[in-house]
Amino acid sequence: MKHLTLLLSSFLFLLASCAPQSPATLTIMTHDSFSVSEEVVKSFEQANNAKIIFLPSGDAGAVLNKAILTKDAPLADLLFGMDNTFLSRALEADIFESYNSPELKNISDEFQLDSSNRTLPVDYGDVCINYDKNYFSENNLVVPQSLEELTKPEYAGLLVVENPATSSTGLAFLMATVAHYGDSFTDYWRALKDNGVVVVDGWETAYFTNFSASSGRGPQPLVVSYASSPSAEVSPAGESLTASILGIDTCFRQIEFVGILKGTQHRALAEKFVDFMLSKQFQEDMPLQMFVYPVNPNAVLPDTFTRYAQTPSQSATLSPDEISANRDEWIRAWTEVVLK
Amino acid sequence: MNYTINHEDRKNTENQKILRVSVSQWLARSLLWLLPLTFLIVAFFFPLSKILLLTFNTSTLTPENLQITTYVLRFTFYQAALSTLLTLLLGLPSAVLFARYDFRGKSLLRALTAVPFMLPTVVVAASFNALLGQRGLINTISSFLFPLSPSTIHPSPFTLILLAHVFYNTTIIIRIVSTALSSLDPKMEQTARSLGADSLRVWWNVTLPLLRPSILAATLLVFLFDFTSFGVILLLGGSQFSTLEVEIYFQAVRQFNLPLAALLSIIQLVCTLIFSILYSYLVTRNSPQLAPRPTLLRKPKTLREKIFVTTFIFLLSSFFLLPLSSLPIRSLFRLEADRGQRAEVQYGFTTDYYEELFINRRGSVFYVPPFQAILNSITYASATVVLSLLLGFPAAFALAKPTSLEKILDPIIMLPLGSSAVMLGLGFIITYGKWLTSPLLVPFAHTLIALPFVIRTLQPAIASIPERLRQAASSLGASPFEVWKNIDFPILRRATLAAGTFAFTISLGEFGATLLISRPEYPTIPVAIERFLSQPGGLNYGQAMAMATILMALTVASILLIEKFRLPNSREF
Repeated sequence: MKHLTLLLSSFLFLLASCAPQSPATLTIMTHDSFSVSEEVVKSFEQANNAKIIFLPSGDAGAVLNKAILTKDAPLADLLFGMDNTFLSRALEADIFESYNSPELKNISDEFQLDSSNRTLPVDYGDVCINYDKNYFSENNLVVPQSLEELTKPEYAGLLVVENPATSSTGLAFLMATVAHYGDSFTDYWRALKDNGVVVVDGWETAYFTNFSASSGRGPQPLVVSYASSPSAEVSPAGESLTASILGIDTCFRQIEFVGILKGTQHRALAEKFVDFMLSKQFQEDMPLQMFVYPVNPNAVLPDTFTRYAQTPSQSATLSPDEISANRDEWIRAWTEVVLK
Repeated sequence: MNYTINHEDRKNTENQKILRVSVSQWLARSLLWLLPLTFLIVAFFFPLSKILLLTFNTSTLTPENLQITTYVLRFTFYQAALSTLLTLLLGLPSAVLFARYDFRGKSLLRALTAVPFMLPTVVVAASFNALLGQRGLINTISSFLFPLSPSTIHPSPFTLILLAHVFYNTTIIIRIVSTALSSLDPKMEQTARSLGADSLRVWWNVTLPLLRPSILAATLLVFLFDFTSFGVILLLGGSQFSTLEVEIYFQAVRQFNLPLAALLSIIQLVCTLIFSILYSYLVTRNSPQLAPRPTLLRKPKTLREKIFVTTFIFLLSSFFLLPLSSLPIRSLFRLEADRGQRAEVQYGFTTDYYEELFINRRGSVFYVPPFQAILNSITYASATVVLSLLLGFPAAFALAKPTSLEKILDPIIMLPLGSSAVMLGLGFIITYGKWLTSPLLVPFAHTLIALPFVIRTLQPAIASIPERLRQAASSLGASPFEVWKNIDFPILRRATLAAGTFAFTISLGEFGATLLISRPEYPTIPVAIERFLSQPGGLNYGQAMAMATILMALTVASILLIEKFRLPNSREF
């Protein structure tokens, strides 16, 4: 018995002496598509004596919803993954602490949509229409180059889009048309509908079930996806099977943000992690992990990106305030025209 | 007998006896309910009521919102009723097929019918597309056979929804009804036949009424599943259709309109409660006595039987095998040559996708080796089986011999099936916060969904244990253990296996549980599949198909293994 007490107390002593060195835990809430290299995480953990826990919590909308509901007792220290279409909602809910990261000075102003620095840009991507190169060459069809051309009869039934009510990719494309056509965007969609546009619930279905150049061998050779997607559809001979249509306003820019959640117990560590996310090491890891572009201009893009992923010369954009004021109304009007 | 005994005295002692019995009965009842009710309160009622109270307010009761509600409610009812009817049409004869006839490949066919139940909806949509899509198998074959008449099959989204519901839920009917059917006392039918009834009349007048409770139970479960359908509607409905569950998700997650989501959740719960009350009312009116020994399985003899058996084997195999086979095919074959290259054509067979599963190509933190995913899935599933049987048995025992308490509790235990996963998930978050990240909670979330199935499978079986036989056995000098071993156990074993299989497969398929909890550690096979499908590229798609094939193989193997436990029993007789 005495033996046991001795053992226990020495064990406790050991534990206590270890305590100051035991790593602090930092929790980061993300959307389900988040990914990062093991190596990169390890290097942060070792440099800062920290343990990182990622908490994938659904799609971007669900994550933000959960963070807002738990703002009195936050589940995490940081939240990554709301994009510019959800940004205003996040800022209105007032769930973030402001942080003026020294890394921000490198980052172009076009990404810094939140002047209060409560949310900091991490990556961006362009939602674009991808096309099946082979389909168009086999059928001697010219690839459409603008939103207008998509309503031409030769492209009838060839385009699949995502429902903006259920998919952020679909919402981005709807916003591209809003940016281009203004209030008359519904007329454009009516024309698209008359031309047999196919609507599905989300990107996975559109890309893998409906798109003809993906392994799903679907019926549509035109799909709303990302400018980076062609870099994943490269044949062994080194040729991409798909490409993006890079016309005026055919693409919509999505920017993803990170923020330090109010009520964090690890403010200093959280700041370090934000800096780390904006640093060259993390930014260079992102493209192949999540098929997005780094906001840090010093980050070098991987080979497949520079070779196969194209960046549009002019992406459509809308201000977060405009989006927040009208998003629901746009979706409602779209549903009325396209689905009813 | 002395009839001059004081009448009052006798009445008193009787009263005391009843009182004593009811006190001890009450104690026994509370003990039976202690665990299941605690679980339901902690894991369901408390978090759900918390989120509903927080978000619901009467200001949502606007004419506009009520209009949305009626519209959605009408479609929800319509598609659920139609789907359930179609599922019964395929499921009931199939249940007879499995319960009565012996044929080659029977276990395999039965296991196959259970596979869709645990496949992620994305995968089912992909396999349907491979079969019915414009460039799918059927159209490819028909354009090959009839090159001159290029008429392609193009099922409407609504047809696809119905087909998918039948595809998913037929196994529920098969499992519950064939379990009951094979436990029916064959003597009843024999007696009827010896009294001159032809086989149709025996079916109509004897067998069907005896099967009523299990058919009703299965129908209720199928209906509730269709009623709260989510993934199928979203993925196959082409965005034109909305059930209550889809609308709740849309309002809560996309529109941030939590009050309307709460209103819709309450309506969905009330509907579920009404169905369950209706069911309890219908089912407690009679429950037949089952035999402790199963009916002998036999080969089809008459022409009519042969036609029936062949037709349904053909129907089931084509309905289940064809879409499912597209998964292994796509995981092992490139369906078309990689285009844009002249020299080397990458047609045909490849093991690349499987090999790739073992490589963490991108060095991602979220990479999970396939064996680890399998192990995680099996661990969670086994824990779910143990937990749901542990909670389900006492509840089913109490419900099988209902008192006034059970009359109230009976419909309530079905409520978890009718609650919106999204709202419950939000309820979990505000109630249990950081606890949610613990992997220990995963089996609890799975159990919440499996429990109604387990209880509904066990309850009719327990109720059917023939009291007469038990009394007869004990009066002939059998010890309580012998009575249990020879009468209770054989009936219970079959039902327990069926219930356990439900729990196992529900856990493997992770029904909506990903909406309930977040877990950074120990991803399962469905989680891995989703991860592959969230990124472009043939390699990701191939790996998703490979993972889905592994899930399918795992399911078939576990169901066959579970059925092995059943076999020695049927050989005994």
